Amino acid sequence: MKQLLQGIKDGSAIGIGYFSVSFTFGLAASSAGFRWWEALLVSMMNLTSAGQFAGLTVMTAAGTYIEMAVSQFVINLRYALMSISLSQKVDSGFRAGKKMVLGFAVTDEIFAVAMSRSGEVGSRYFLGLAILPYLGWTSGTLAGAVLGNVLPQKVSDALGLAIYGMFIAIVVPEMKKDRNIMKMVILAVLLSCCISYIPLFRHISQGFAIIICAVAASAVGAVCFPIETGKEEPKEGES
Amino acid sequence: MKSGNFWIYLLVMFGVTYLIRVLPFLIFHKKIENKRIRSFLAYIPYTVLGAMTVPAVFYATGSLFTACAGVAAAFLAAYRGKGLFAVAVCASLAAFAAGLVMGY
Repeated sequence: MKQLLQGIKDGSAIGIGYFSVSFTFGLAASSAGFRWWEALLVSMMNLTSAGQFAGLTVMTAAGTYIEMAVSQFVINLRYALMSISLSQKVDSGFRAGKKMVLGFAVTDEIFAVAMSRSGEVGSRYFLGLAILPYLGWTSGTLAGAVLGNVLPQKVSDALGLAIYGMFIAIVVPEMKKDRNIMKMVILAVLLSCCISYIPLFRHISQGFAIIICAVAASAVGAVCFPIETGKEEPKEGES
Repeated sequence: MKSGNFWIYLLVMFGVTYLIRVLPFLIFHKKIENKRIRSFLAYIPYTVLGAMTVPAVFYATGSLFTACAGVAAAFLAAYRGKGLFAVAVCASLAAFAAGLVMGY
Protein backbone atom coordinates (compact mmCIF):
# COMPACT_ATOMS: atom_id res chain seq x y z
CA MET A 1 0.00 0.00 0.00
CA LYS A 2 2.82 2.34 0.90
CA GLN A 3 4.54 1.46 -2.37
CA LEU A 4 1.35 2.17 -4.29
CA LEU A 5 0.92 5.60 -2.68
CA GLN A 6 4.55 6.49 -3.28
CA GLY A 7 4.09 5.59 -6.93
CA ILE A 8 0.97 7.72 -7.23
CA LYS A 9 2.81 10.65 -5.68
CA ASP A 10 5.78 10.26 -8.03
CA GLY A 11 3.44 10.05 -11.02
CA SER A 12 1.43 13.20 -10.28
CA ALA A 13 3.71 15.63 -12.12
CA ILE A 14 3.70 13.38 -15.18
CA GLY A 15 -0.10 13.26 -15.02
CA ILE A 16 -0.40 17.04 -15.17
CA GLY A 17 2.06 17.26 -18.05
CA TYR A 18 0.22 14.52 -19.93
CA PHE A 19 -3.10 16.28 -19.52
CA SER A 20 -1.79 19.36 -21.32
CA VAL A 21 -0.16 17.43 -24.14
CA SER A 22 -3.06 15.04 -24.71
CA PHE A 23 -5.37 18.05 -24.73
CA THR A 24 -3.59 19.13 -27.92
CA PHE A 25 -3.93 15.57 -29.25
CA GLY A 26 -7.69 15.81 -28.68
CA LEU A 27 -7.73 19.18 -30.41
CA ALA A 28 -5.74 17.88 -33.37
CA ALA A 29 -7.96 14.82 -33.67
CA SER A 30 -11.18 16.81 -33.59
CA SER A 31 -9.93 19.32 -36.14
CA ALA A 32 -8.92 16.39 -38.38
CA GLY A 33 -12.54 15.22 -38.30
CA PHE A 34 -12.45 12.51 -35.64
CA ARG A 35 -15.27 12.01 -33.15
CA TRP A 36 -14.50 12.60 -29.49
CA TRP A 37 -14.86 8.91 -28.64
CA GLU A 38 -12.48 7.94 -31.44
CA ALA A 39 -9.79 10.25 -30.06
CA LEU A 40 -10.45 8.94 -26.55
CA LEU A 41 -10.16 5.30 -27.67
CA VAL A 42 -6.85 5.98 -29.42
CA SER A 43 -5.47 7.52 -26.22
CA MET A 44 -6.87 4.79 -23.96
CA MET A 45 -5.30 2.05 -26.06
CA ASN A 46 -1.94 3.61 -26.92
CA LEU A 47 -0.71 6.03 -24.26
CA THR A 48 2.05 7.49 -26.40
CA SER A 49 2.45 11.02 -27.75
CA ALA A 50 4.65 10.79 -30.84
CA GLY A 51 3.10 7.51 -31.96
CA GLN A 52 -0.47 8.80 -31.67
CA PHE A 53 0.29 12.02 -33.54
CA ALA A 54 1.94 9.98 -36.28
CA GLY A 55 -1.04 7.61 -36.26
CA LEU A 56 -3.37 10.57 -36.68
CA THR A 57 -1.30 11.71 -39.65
CA VAL A 58 -1.53 8.28 -41.27
CA MET A 59 -5.30 8.03 -40.72
CA THR A 60 -5.96 11.57 -41.94
CA ALA A 61 -3.93 10.95 -45.08
CA ALA A 62 -5.76 7.63 -45.56
CA GLY A 63 -2.46 5.75 -45.43
CA THR A 64 -2.23 1.98 -45.71
CA TYR A 65 -2.44 -0.33 -42.68
CA ILE A 66 1.15 -1.37 -43.42
CA GLU A 67 2.21 2.25 -43.19
CA MET A 68 0.42 2.53 -39.87
CA ALA A 69 2.13 -0.60 -38.53
CA VAL A 70 5.61 0.44 -39.72
CA SER A 71 5.29 4.00 -38.45
CA GLN A 72 4.16 2.81 -35.02
CA PHE A 73 6.92 0.24 -34.96
CA VAL A 74 9.70 2.67 -35.75
CA ILE A 75 8.46 5.57 -33.65
CA ASN A 76 7.78 3.35 -30.64
CA LEU A 77 10.86 1.17 -31.04
CA ARG A 78 12.47 3.11 -28.22
CA TYR A 79 9.96 1.51 -25.84
CA ALA A 80 11.52 -1.88 -26.61
CA LEU A 81 14.84 -0.58 -25.36
CA MET A 82 13.19 0.86 -22.27
CA SER A 83 11.33 -2.38 -21.58
CA ILE A 84 14.60 -4.29 -21.83
CA SER A 85 16.20 -1.97 -19.29
CA LEU A 86 13.15 -2.12 -17.06
CA SER A 87 13.07 -5.92 -17.19
CA GLN A 88 16.38 -5.88 -15.36
CA LYS A 89 15.27 -3.44 -12.73
CA VAL A 90 12.00 -5.02 -11.52
CA ASP A 91 11.79 -7.31 -8.49
CA SER A 92 10.99 -11.03 -8.56
CA GLY A 93 7.33 -10.42 -7.61
CA PHE A 94 6.86 -8.71 -10.96
CA ARG A 95 5.61 -11.83 -12.73
CA ALA A 96 4.62 -12.42 -16.35
CA GLY A 97 0.94 -11.62 -15.83
CA LYS A 98 1.73 -8.28 -14.24
CA LYS A 99 4.27 -7.52 -16.94
CA MET A 100 1.62 -8.12 -19.59
CA VAL A 101 -0.66 -5.53 -17.99
CA LEU A 102 1.78 -2.97 -16.62
CA GLY A 103 4.18 -3.19 -19.57
CA PHE A 104 1.52 -1.26 -21.45
CA ALA A 105 2.37 1.81 -19.35
CA VAL A 106 6.02 2.08 -20.41
CA THR A 107 6.39 5.67 -21.66
CA ASP A 108 9.43 7.95 -21.78
CA GLU A 109 8.52 9.73 -18.56
CA ILE A 110 7.17 6.79 -16.53
CA PHE A 111 10.23 4.79 -17.54
CA ALA A 112 12.56 7.62 -16.54
CA VAL A 113 11.01 7.97 -13.09
CA ALA A 114 10.94 4.20 -12.49
CA MET A 115 14.60 3.85 -13.45
CA SER A 116 15.68 6.75 -11.27
CA ARG A 117 14.32 4.96 -8.21
CA SER A 118 17.02 3.35 -6.12
CA GLY A 119 16.92 -0.43 -5.81
CA GLU A 120 14.36 -2.69 -7.47
CA VAL A 121 10.97 -1.64 -8.78
CA GLY A 122 7.92 -3.50 -7.50
CA SER A 123 4.67 -3.99 -9.38
CA ARG A 124 2.64 -1.97 -6.83
CA TYR A 125 4.94 1.02 -7.13
CA PHE A 126 4.86 0.81 -10.93
CA LEU A 127 1.05 0.55 -10.91
CA GLY A 128 0.83 3.65 -8.71
CA LEU A 129 3.28 5.47 -10.93
CA ALA A 130 1.16 4.75 -14.01
CA ILE A 131 -2.30 5.67 -12.62
CA LEU A 132 -2.22 9.48 -12.77
CA PRO A 133 -0.38 9.71 -16.10
CA TYR A 134 -3.00 7.35 -17.61
CA LEU A 135 -5.89 9.38 -16.20
CA GLY A 136 -4.22 12.63 -17.26
CA TRP A 137 -3.61 11.33 -20.76
CA THR A 138 -7.16 10.06 -21.34
CA SER A 139 -9.03 12.93 -19.66
CA GLY A 140 -6.87 15.49 -21.46
CA THR A 141 -7.68 13.88 -24.79
CA LEU A 142 -11.38 13.93 -24.00
CA ALA A 143 -11.26 17.59 -22.92
CA GLY A 144 -9.34 18.59 -26.05
CA ALA A 145 -11.61 16.67 -28.39
CA VAL A 146 -14.78 18.11 -26.83
CA LEU A 147 -13.54 21.67 -26.43
CA GLY A 148 -11.80 21.68 -29.80
CA ASN A 149 -14.78 23.21 -31.52
CA VAL A 150 -15.52 25.72 -28.76
CA LEU A 151 -12.12 27.37 -28.41
CA PRO A 152 -11.37 30.51 -30.47
CA GLN A 153 -9.22 29.86 -33.53
CA LYS A 154 -6.25 31.88 -32.23
CA VAL A 155 -6.15 29.83 -29.01
CA SER A 156 -6.39 26.44 -30.68
CA ASP A 157 -3.77 27.46 -33.26
CA ALA A 158 -1.39 28.43 -30.46
CA LEU A 159 -2.11 25.20 -28.57
CA GLY A 160 -1.20 23.26 -31.69
CA LEU A 161 2.40 24.12 -30.88
CA ALA A 162 2.32 22.50 -27.42
CA ILE A 163 3.16 19.02 -28.68
CA TYR A 164 6.11 20.34 -30.69
CA GLY A 165 7.16 22.34 -27.64
CA MET A 166 7.32 19.06 -25.76
CA PHE A 167 9.36 17.42 -28.51
CA ILE A 168 11.77 20.36 -28.42
CA ALA A 169 11.94 20.10 -24.63
CA ILE A 170 13.04 16.47 -24.94
CA VAL A 171 15.54 16.92 -27.78
CA VAL A 172 17.31 20.20 -27.01
CA PRO A 173 18.80 19.22 -23.62
CA GLU A 174 20.17 16.01 -25.20
CA MET A 175 21.66 17.97 -28.10
CA LYS A 176 23.29 20.28 -25.60
CA LYS A 177 24.72 17.36 -23.64
CA ASP A 178 25.92 15.22 -26.52
CA ARG A 179 27.38 16.57 -29.77
CA ASN A 180 26.76 13.32 -31.63
CA ILE A 181 23.07 13.41 -30.84
CA MET A 182 23.07 17.01 -32.02
CA LYS A 183 24.66 16.03 -35.34
CA MET A 184 22.21 13.18 -35.91
CA VAL A 185 19.18 15.30 -35.05
CA ILE A 186 20.38 17.96 -37.49
CA LEU A 187 20.87 15.26 -40.12
CA ALA A 188 17.35 13.92 -39.51
CA VAL A 189 15.92 17.44 -39.78
CA LEU A 190 17.80 18.11 -43.03
CA LEU A 191 16.58 14.83 -44.53
CA SER A 192 13.05 15.65 -43.43
CA CYS A 193 13.26 19.06 -45.13
CA CYS A 194 14.64 17.46 -48.30
CA ILE A 195 11.73 15.02 -48.46
CA SER A 196 9.24 17.83 -47.83
CA TYR A 197 10.59 20.34 -50.32
CA ILE A 198 12.27 18.42 -53.14
CA PRO A 199 9.54 17.70 -55.72
CA LEU A 200 11.05 14.31 -56.55
CA PHE A 201 10.08 13.05 -53.06
CA ARG A 202 6.62 14.58 -53.00
CA HIS A 203 4.87 11.25 -53.26
CA ILE A 204 6.44 9.98 -50.02
CA SER A 205 3.83 10.17 -47.28
CA GLN A 206 4.56 11.98 -44.05
CA GLY A 207 4.50 8.78 -42.01
CA PHE A 208 7.13 7.09 -44.12
CA ALA A 209 9.15 10.29 -44.36
CA ILE A 210 9.62 10.26 -40.58
CA ILE A 211 10.62 6.61 -40.63
CA ILE A 212 13.14 7.08 -43.45
CA CYS A 213 14.73 10.14 -41.83
CA ALA A 214 14.97 8.63 -38.35
CA VAL A 215 16.29 5.25 -39.47
CA ALA A 216 18.83 6.78 -41.87
CA ALA A 217 20.16 9.32 -39.38
CA SER A 218 20.31 6.79 -36.54
CA ALA A 219 22.09 4.28 -38.76
CA VAL A 220 24.68 6.90 -39.72
CA GLY A 221 25.06 7.67 -36.02
CA ALA A 222 25.45 4.01 -35.08
CA VAL A 223 28.14 3.46 -37.73
CA CYS A 224 30.07 6.74 -37.43
CA PHE A 225 29.57 7.67 -33.79
CA PRO A 226 28.69 4.57 -31.77
CA ILE A 227 27.84 5.43 -28.18
CA GLU A 228 30.15 3.89 -25.62
CA THR A 229 28.35 1.18 -23.67
CA GLY A 230 27.90 1.08 -19.95
CA LYS A 231 27.37 4.78 -19.55
CA GLU A 232 23.76 4.40 -18.40
CA GLU A 233 21.99 1.79 -16.35
CA PRO A 234 23.71 1.76 -12.99
CA LYS A 235 24.27 -1.68 -11.56
CA GLU A 236 21.49 -3.16 -9.49
CA GLY A 237 21.66 -4.87 -6.18
CA GLU A 238 24.38 -2.68 -4.78
CA SER A 239 22.21 -0.41 -2.72
CA MET B 1 -10.78 14.02 -43.72
CA LYS B 2 -10.06 10.46 -42.88
CA SER B 3 -11.08 7.38 -44.77
CA GLY B 4 -10.23 3.72 -44.29
CA ASN B 5 -11.55 1.75 -41.36
CA PHE B 6 -11.00 3.41 -38.01
CA TRP B 7 -11.27 0.14 -36.10
CA ILE B 8 -8.58 -1.57 -38.17
CA TYR B 9 -6.27 1.43 -37.79
CA LEU B 10 -6.91 1.38 -34.04
CA LEU B 11 -6.25 -2.33 -33.79
CA VAL B 12 -3.00 -2.08 -35.76
CA MET B 13 -1.81 0.86 -33.64
CA PHE B 14 -2.67 -0.89 -30.40
CA GLY B 15 -1.24 -4.25 -31.42
CA VAL B 16 2.11 -2.91 -32.59
CA THR B 17 2.56 -0.47 -29.70
CA TYR B 18 1.53 -3.02 -27.08
CA LEU B 19 3.78 -5.80 -28.38
CA ILE B 20 6.79 -3.46 -28.64
CA ARG B 21 6.43 -2.61 -24.98
CA VAL B 22 5.44 -5.94 -23.51
CA LEU B 23 7.38 -8.57 -25.49
CA PRO B 24 10.85 -7.24 -24.57
CA PHE B 25 9.67 -6.83 -20.98
CA LEU B 26 8.66 -10.50 -20.88
CA ILE B 27 11.50 -11.98 -22.89
CA PHE B 28 14.68 -10.11 -22.08
CA HIS B 29 16.76 -10.93 -19.09
CA LYS B 30 20.13 -10.06 -20.59
CA LYS B 31 21.46 -6.75 -21.78
CA ILE B 32 22.03 -6.08 -25.47
CA GLU B 33 25.79 -6.07 -25.89
CA ASN B 34 26.10 -5.07 -29.53
CA LYS B 35 27.37 -1.52 -29.57
CA ARG B 36 25.96 -0.61 -32.98
CA ILE B 37 22.45 -1.84 -32.17
CA ARG B 38 22.52 -0.07 -28.80
CA SER B 39 23.69 3.14 -30.47
CA PHE B 40 21.05 2.89 -33.17
CA LEU B 41 18.32 2.48 -30.55
CA ALA B 42 19.75 5.30 -28.47
CA TYR B 43 19.65 7.72 -31.41
CA ILE B 44 16.13 6.74 -32.50
CA PRO B 45 14.02 8.83 -30.11
CA TYR B 46 15.83 12.05 -30.96
CA THR B 47 16.00 11.57 -34.71
CA VAL B 48 12.29 10.64 -34.74
CA LEU B 49 11.36 13.75 -32.80
CA GLY B 50 13.62 15.92 -34.98
CA ALA B 51 12.07 14.63 -38.19
CA MET B 52 8.55 14.94 -36.76
CA THR B 53 9.14 18.53 -35.64
CA VAL B 54 10.83 20.06 -38.68
CA PRO B 55 9.39 21.23 -40.99
CA ALA B 56 5.88 20.29 -39.71
CA VAL B 57 6.05 22.68 -36.74
CA PHE B 58 6.18 25.68 -39.07
CA TYR B 59 2.75 24.77 -40.43
CA ALA B 60 1.18 23.87 -37.07
CA THR B 61 -0.44 27.25 -36.39
CA GLY B 62 -1.47 28.24 -39.89
CA SER B 63 0.94 31.17 -39.82
CA LEU B 64 4.70 31.02 -40.31
CA PHE B 65 5.17 34.11 -38.15
CA THR B 66 3.39 32.78 -35.05
CA ALA B 67 4.99 29.35 -35.51
CA CYS B 68 8.49 30.88 -35.61
CA ALA B 69 7.76 32.85 -32.45
CA GLY B 70 6.63 29.67 -30.72
CA VAL B 71 9.63 27.64 -31.88
CA ALA B 72 12.06 30.35 -30.78
CA ALA B 73 10.46 30.53 -27.34
CA ALA B 74 10.46 26.75 -27.00
CA PHE B 75 14.13 26.53 -27.98
CA LEU B 76 15.11 29.21 -25.50
CA ALA B 77 13.12 27.62 -22.67
CA ALA B 78 14.43 24.12 -23.46
CA TYR B 79 17.99 25.38 -23.73
CA ARG B 80 17.68 26.88 -20.28
CA GLY B 81 16.63 23.50 -18.97
CA LYS B 82 12.90 24.05 -18.42
CA GLY B 83 10.67 20.99 -18.12
CA LEU B 84 8.33 19.55 -20.76
CA PHE B 85 5.24 21.30 -19.49
CA ALA B 86 6.92 24.71 -19.12
CA VAL B 87 8.41 24.54 -22.63
CA ALA B 88 5.07 23.55 -24.16
CA VAL B 89 3.37 26.47 -22.38
CA CYS B 90 6.10 28.89 -23.53
CA ALA B 91 5.67 27.78 -27.14
CA SER B 92 1.90 28.22 -27.05
CA LEU B 93 2.00 31.57 -25.24
CA ALA B 94 4.61 32.99 -27.62
CA ALA B 95 2.60 31.89 -30.65
CA PHE B 96 -0.58 33.34 -29.15
CA ALA B 97 1.16 36.66 -28.38
CA ALA B 98 2.60 36.79 -31.89
CA GLY B 99 -0.89 36.17 -33.25
CA LEU B 100 -2.21 39.13 -31.27
CA VAL B 101 0.63 41.38 -32.47
CA MET B 102 -0.05 40.35 -36.04
CA GLY B 103 -3.79 40.84 -35.73
CA TYR B 104 -3.86 44.38 -34.37
